[in-house]
Amino acid sequence: MKTITIDPVTRIEGHAKITIDLNEDGTVEDARLHVTQYRGFEKFCEGKIYTDMPALTARTCGICPVSHVISSSKACDTLLCVTPPQAAINIRKIVNLAQIIQSHTLNFYHLSSPDFVYGFDAPKEDRNIFKLMQTHPQMAKDGIELRAFGQKIIEALAGKRIHPTGIIPGGVSNILEIEVKEKLLQEIPKAMQIAQNTLKYFKENLHKFQKEIESFASFPSLFMALVGEDGSLEHYDGVLRFIDSEGNILNEAIDPQNYKEFIGEAVEDDSYLKSPYYKPLGYPQGMYRVGALARLNIATKCGTPLADEELQNFKALGQGKPVQNSFYYHYARIIEIIYGLEKIEQLLRDEESLSDNIFARGKINNKRGVGCSEAPRGTLFHDYEVDHNGIIEKVNLIIATGNNNLAMNAGVKQVAKAFIDPEDITDGALNRVEAVIRCFDPCLSCSTHALGIVSSQIELRDHHKKIIKILKRN
Amino acid sequence: MIKQKVRVKSFKINDITVTGRSDQTLLEVAKEHDIFIPTLCYLEGLSCVGSCRLCLVEVKGARELVPACTSKIKEDMEVFTTSEKIDSHRKMILSMIFSERSHTCSVCEANGDCELQDKSVELQLDHSLVPYIDSRFAIDASHKNFVHDPNRCILCSRCVRVCNEIEGANAINIGGRGINSMIIHDMDEPWIDSQSCTSCGKCVYVCPTGALYEKEITKEDVTTKREIIRNLLKNRAENE
Ligand code: SF4
Ligand code: SF4
Ligand code: FES
Repeated sequence: MKTITIDPVTRIEGHAKITIDLNEDGTVEDARLHVTQYRGFEKFCEGKIYTDMPALTARTCGICPVSHVISSSKACDTLLCVTPPQAAINIRKIVNLAQIIQSHTLNFYHLSSPDFVYGFDAPKEDRNIFKLMQTHPQMAKDGIELRAFGQKIIEALAGKRIHPTGIIPGGVSNILEIEVKEKLLQEIPKAMQIAQNTLKYFKENLHKFQKEIESFASFPSLFMALVGEDGSLEHYDGVLRFIDSEGNILNEAIDPQNYKEFIGEAVEDDSYLKSPYYKPLGYPQGMYRVGALARLNIATKCGTPLADEELQNFKALGQGKPVQNSFYYHYARIIEIIYGLEKIEQLLRDEESLSDNIFARGKINNKRGVGCSEAPRGTLFHDYEVDHNGIIEKVNLIIATGNNNLAMNAGVKQVAKAFIDPEDITDGALNRVEAVIRCFDPCLSCSTHALGIVSSQIELRDHHKKIIKILKRN
Repeated sequence: MIKQKVRVKSFKINDITVTGRSDQTLLEVAKEHDIFIPTLCYLEGLSCVGSCRLCLVEVKGARELVPACTSKIKEDMEVFTTSEKIDSHRKMILSMIFSERSHTCSVCEANGDCELQDKSVELQLDHSLVPYIDSRFAIDASHKNFVHDPNRCILCSRCVRVCNEIEGANAINIGGRGINSMIIHDMDEPWIDSQSCTSCGKCVYVCPTGALYEKEITKEDVTTKREIIRNLLKNRAENE
């Protein structure tokens, strides 16, 4: 058996490699994603005090720290047995959505758009944002601007250094100032315009990627996401819902505190990423997907006009069933950007958001607390156990990307089978293998601050695992 | 008791002639003359222990640098508060303080409001000069209002002194040896079990770092309380 290794995978967050195993007749037998970076974060947190957890876990990820702060604070709320005041919840929601907007924009413009604009077979030196700045300056500028808007919201609402972060156990530490509110509201129309342009561009160019759509992790799987009580799109509160590939609801409303009853975590030898699965179906049949695609498959409506309009078109792709093609993660993310902007506007306009009751005090009243929220990449769980003084005894994190691990592997295998010709391994084929992973927008180590833009190494190994050829991509 | 006569002495700091009372320290006289010397363990109104050594100055004729906060002035002495040697010693000392414990500012309660942090800016310490010691101490969060995190303690003993000299409770001491020293409550028991602690919080508000902090309190409250304690110390010092 020959093995081809793509190491490290480029244009994703974190460090990973892919191996493609060929069988003796030279066709693709298996393909796998290995996460090679390990942080030991859960262990590291033991002995810390719960109040440090939001800021501490935020350091696990340079891309979506806010998501960790939110899930972490929610877990701490449960430890304290408090419900944050409405203004605090609104502010947390706004910040969470701003995070989603900026992260989705990063994926679309900075990481994935070179593939859309130049195609997957374009020369490798052309597939990056720098090239995009030269050939499509407006598009690159838009991407930068939209991302900056998301970041600006985060900074305005949570960036002040009272505690290391504005989101804390029990609520938030900064009230929403009326001037800040007005200023952000003024900028929404411009951001919305960019989001609409993005949507238009994406839809107009979709026809070029028919083969990719069919083969980029396009397979039946379960989906999981948070969902509002009324079935609407939800990123902060709500209950967990599982649906199957036909769209049947497997579990309608799981209280996130009980996630362990439904989600198992398998550990595999060759990757540091745990593989969560839906317990009732076992491992690995219980493979499920999370993230934008899952959220839109599960939600029956967005609850905001423009996003709901587009959701109809999205749902039509599935013809009554969930959309299975992971390529459409890109589509789902754009819809979520639109939703995020609409929802942020609603929340900013809510008078309640300006209240100065933003913080509920409490003492440790529960020994265990689970915090769950939708991060850009999917459902994020923080699960803490503490002693009676609030010193952390045990931590379990399921990071969004981890939920998708089994699905990403299945996707890699599918694409490798469709595009890799062992006799003639083209750059475009290898790029597609990486691109399927980028569909999931993984943040693999959930820790790196770099964009992972490094050279790729491909190893060809025979069936004795002996390297017969090394291909390097810079 | 025969009271020692207090005399006026004159001497030079950085070639400028200054005068002070014979019971004053170099630091006090320097301050009166607006000559800046960095300090960390020193706090006006508390006794001086010279534990941090950041206030080192050079005295002509002396073999070693001396801490300004504990050295009494002498007639005709010649003192220098900056020089290449002094600067590099101060930097090294500061770096060693940092390396002894784990100062991860980004996740620290005191971030942005920390005297240790301020010193690194002041002395332009932009990287560590010595390797970090990977020590890890248990956090004491037993007290209902306060937390003691020894991982950020610089052993300045301000808390010990304020508790003893101002509150009069004498609940805090320094236990252990060398770099494993820690502040302890009573006979080294959980804070909440201390029979002497009055929960006044003075120790918390004089702590220059994030080693002692109040649970669930906003920064504004911390700043106000810190000011209250500082004024109290000042007033007492003046009344003595
Ligand atoms: S005590 Fe000061 S220097 Fe130490 S970690 Fe906290 S902020 Fe940083
Ligand atoms: S706890 Fe604070 S005040 Fe007490 S010795 Fe340590 S650093 Fe100094
Ligand atoms: S201030 Fe003089 S030794 Fe600390």
